[in-house]
Amino acid sequence: MQVPILKQGAYLIATVQSALTDEDLKQLRDTLVERVSVVRARGVIVDVTALDVIDSFATRTLRDVAHMIRLRGAETVIVGIQPEVAFSMVKLGLTLEGVATSLDLEEGLAYLDRKGKGPGHEVRTHR
Amino acid sequence: MNDSRKLATATEPRLESTASLLRELVAHLRQQRAQLREEWARLITEAKLLTAMTKEEIFAEATSVYDNYVEALETGTYEALQAYARNLSERIIPRGVETHEVVGIVLLLRDVLARSLFAKYHEDFTKLNRILDAYEPAANRIAITVAVGFVQERERIIREQQEAIRELSTPVLQVRERLLILPIIGVIDPQRARQLTEQLLRGIRTNRAKVVVLDITGVPYIDSPVANHLVQTVEAARLLGATVIVTGLSPEIAQTLVNIGVDLGKMNTVGDLQGGIEEAERLLGYKVVLTRESAAEPA
Repeated sequence: MQVPILKQGAYLIATVQSALTDEDLKQLRDTLVERVSVVRARGVIVDVTALDVIDSFATRTLRDVAHMIRLRGAETVIVGIQPEVAFSMVKLGLTLEGVATSLDLEEGLAYLDRKGKGPGHEVRTHR
Repeated sequence: MNDSRKLATATEPRLESTASLLRELVAHLRQQRAQLREEWARLITEAKLLTAMTKEEIFAEATSVYDNYVEALETGTYEALQAYARNLSERIIPRGVETHEVVGIVLLLRDVLARSLFAKYHEDFTKLNRILDAYEPAANRIAITVAVGFVQERERIIREQQEAIRELSTPVLQVRERLLILPIIGVIDPQRARQLTEQLLRGIRTNRAKVVVLDITGVPYIDSPVANHLVQTVEAARLLGATVIVTGLSPEIAQTLVNIGVDLGKMNTVGDLQGGIEEAERLLGYKVVLTRESAAEPA
């Protein structure tokens, strides 16, 4: 199951639409990390609203995506984690440390907008 | 070998006679119904049981209990009696009837009936003994059935009430756009902790909250599992994009949190509820401005 990645202004939006296999996740990671500099995106949003389960591999991959994209000069925010999913993730010790999370797509966009305007934002100041 | 055969043959006619004795007993109780029922109702009033009910009500209930009692003796099955006991409990528990009263009246009935048996058979001591042998186990079983039915009904009501209290006990209140408060009062047991988590995470979603102030001023202490659960709730809320500010930690709770080695970088804590709301407003970008002189000052 391929995850569609849309470009919206300075942001890339990846909307997960069904359960992903480990292969799908790896592919999503590679595509996002590659595309982010191709389109010169300032931010990436991964929408996981459709996921009923987020396991340790998915968590690790999402964290890797966020860290890699930061190294590539953009921000990542994970949006739409369901309340039950969030709690079971925490129970398993999967807390997505150091990764920004938001309630939904709208909030994620607002978060990236704020980040972009913030003082001393690296991508911003270098432009 | 011989002995055991003798025993076996000895018990069989005895079993049969138990049944016939019970039949005789039931016939006697049916015949004496009006008088015994009267006597029983009088004893109930005298013993000051069922004070929450009027005389007429007591008499009406006494009549149906009596009939059910005799029927259970006759048929040896307790389902109908059980159902009746449940139904009766359902009606009388809300009126404040206590367990000792219910057990008391059933035992009184047992005594009344036993007395009437004494009166009837006092001339034939052997027969009386055999009648009592048949009567007593059945009567005790009836008393147990009614008492257990009553207690079970009571427990069911208590469970329902606990559920209701739980639901009332974790309010999620919106104080500003995107700011929720959860004031928690009383001890948090594991079940309440689970419910708190559920309410909080659901509240974040429905109210689109960015900041939640969890005030535990009213919580005297928590144990380690619950403390862990709280920390996990805070982390789960972060995954939904909300910040949780915990306020009003008592020294004991602070100690518990330190003992379980909570990562303080993940927990946002403020001394009291006011401070928590101020911090939340700061995070949300609110600025509260006093526009008038304080109303508390004399004019």
